[in-house]
Amino acid sequence: MPSTLFDKVWDSHVVRHIADGPDVFFIDRHFIHEVTSPVAFLGLEQRGLKVMFPERTFATADHNTPTINQHLPVQDPLSANQLKALEQNAAKYGISHWGLGNPKNGIVHVVGPENGITLPGMTIVCGDSHTSTHGAFGCIAFGIGTSEVEMVLSSQCIMQPKPKKMRINVNGKLGKGILPKDVVLYIISKLTAAGATGYFVEYAGEVFENMSMEGRMTVCNMSIEMGARGGMIAPDETTFAYIKGKDKAPKGEAWDKALAYWKTLKTDADAKFDVEYNFEAKDIEPMITYGTNPGMGTGITQHIPVTTETGNSKASYEKSLNYMGFHEDDVLLGKKVDYVFIGSCTNGRIEDFRAFASIVKGRKKADNVTAWIVPGSHIVEQQIKDEGILDILTEAGFELRQPGCSACLAMNDDKIPAGKYAVSTSNRNFEGRQGPGARTMLASPLVAAAAAVTGVVTDPRELIA
Amino acid sequence: MAYDKFNILKSSAVPMPIENVDTDQIIPARFLKATERKGFGDNLFRDWRYNADDTPKKDFVLNNPIYSGKILVAGKNFGSGSSREHAAWAIYDYGFRCVVSSFFADIFKGNSLNIGILPVTVSAEFLDKIFKAIEADPKTELEVNLPAQTITILATGEKESFDINGYKKNNLMNGYDDIDFLQSLKDDIQKVAASSIY
Repeated sequence: MPSTLFDKVWDSHVVRHIADGPDVFFIDRHFIHEVTSPVAFLGLEQRGLKVMFPERTFATADHNTPTINQHLPVQDPLSANQLKALEQNAAKYGISHWGLGNPKNGIVHVVGPENGITLPGMTIVCGDSHTSTHGAFGCIAFGIGTSEVEMVLSSQCIMQPKPKKMRINVNGKLGKGILPKDVVLYIISKLTAAGATGYFVEYAGEVFENMSMEGRMTVCNMSIEMGARGGMIAPDETTFAYIKGKDKAPKGEAWDKALAYWKTLKTDADAKFDVEYNFEAKDIEPMITYGTNPGMGTGITQHIPVTTETGNSKASYEKSLNYMGFHEDDVLLGKKVDYVFIGSCTNGRIEDFRAFASIVKGRKKADNVTAWIVPGSHIVEQQIKDEGILDILTEAGFELRQPGCSACLAMNDDKIPAGKYAVSTSNRNFEGRQGPGARTMLASPLVAAAAAVTGVVTDPRELIA
Repeated sequence: MAYDKFNILKSSAVPMPIENVDTDQIIPARFLKATERKGFGDNLFRDWRYNADDTPKKDFVLNNPIYSGKILVAGKNFGSGSSREHAAWAIYDYGFRCVVSSFFADIFKGNSLNIGILPVTVSAEFLDKIFKAIEADPKTELEVNLPAQTITILATGEKESFDINGYKKNNLMNGYDDIDFLQSLKDDIQKVAASSIY
């Protein structure tokens, strides 16, 4: 029977089907960070259990780390305590740990792929919903809760009902200035923030075939923002070229063996999905969000929809627009911007900084804008320096910070002040996500750059030569 | 962590007719810095519940003494966003044992079941009936019967069935969690691990 990529990877990892219950699902790779792992380790200790396969778990500190002066002791005692707990737990159980100051340190979903830990056909979990990022490599990757972190540590398995299958096809060619972030914000705006709940998505079609690995990671990363557990893209030559030579990628004979397996990882021609959507690349323009969930996005030249067009209740929609200080039918172009944030597991990779720099080059930062430019990892930070991007940024009046999750969830000091408007390349525009009272507009690195140099919401296509 | 067994819960309910309540609202990230599972209930719905100076916001439902109970009733797509189990911990720690909505986000639903909170999915129509019943009488009681998989508005007798898989139902009714079960499967797990190319 023809089967989907998702079926092939899922079914080969089922340890046992439970009648009228979830599957016992085997996990190849487990990432952990300082925020969602300490209580899981505490649970292990209380039960007297060991970590079953310490070599399958990788720890990095990212959520709670400062993005300046990382060489100094972390000032917030609670954050410092969490970082210390991660370090101690990793040491105690023999788990690889890339803590603050380690040259491999960075955001978990950036460092996994860039070091070849993430490989096609793997099952990957982490106590973080953006684990869906790794689906870009043809993995089944998704976020889990802390109880499940404890399950993976102690048994390398979780209990998971198999999701339904959705395929999203985007065909045609993207226009000038349209980035992968625009593609995924467009899809979410069409499906809504809950439109893919209960499903696992496969992204297919010309747009994804022509997309870089960085772009595919941006798209898969935001699958959770429409409720999907994750999203995946079949591995191809682009995938293999990205992986080849990475630190922990297979080499020599192991590479040949792996490659032969990876080439089988695709959906068969007649395989069936529970639901399928088709979109056209030509309909996508630079996107921006206007509300308090990622489904509340629109083309940058459009008006904010009126309630009746959105499928939301009037009360919830009004609550959202009130929080943002916007009104139905407002135009976003020209709105004043106070903060610009480029970074996060969504858009903290080298391509994102290249895009940002392409607009910044030869221009100056707008005086009314505070910009936080945060690489996803030290490797990305080094690339920014090596490629001359840092020089372009410095020349334009921007400063580069040190890697971490930063203002995406504002657990550290990088908080947007109440009432201020931020154009952010991150993934969530929830109330208070970037700081209590902060107003977030999600967008691509090009839209962020255009806002950073003009001080207002600007169509980046006007600034592209 | 052990939790209270769940069988039949009869309680008044707290209404929150807001859609898309994400886990950043349930517990903001800045309150996730603990290394133990303690005290999260104090920060449940922190920014909706308290002003910046930590005084309670009078118009927020948890600060309204008219409403109380072990059941939270919320608008559709409850628990979206971050996978933080801290959201479920905060709800449990505050004293809720059951959340009722017409639609739950996946990860939140799984986290809730894993820690002993029962998420009950009802039709949009029944959800509306519950909100109306609470509006008419804030002390009105709901009965959530897990063995029978029904939820009843006791004042009117209106009732609806809900779904839950048999495995999780059994866990909740007996206070089991998955870890012991998984420990019993170690031989099978070793076999799958050995057959993986990774």
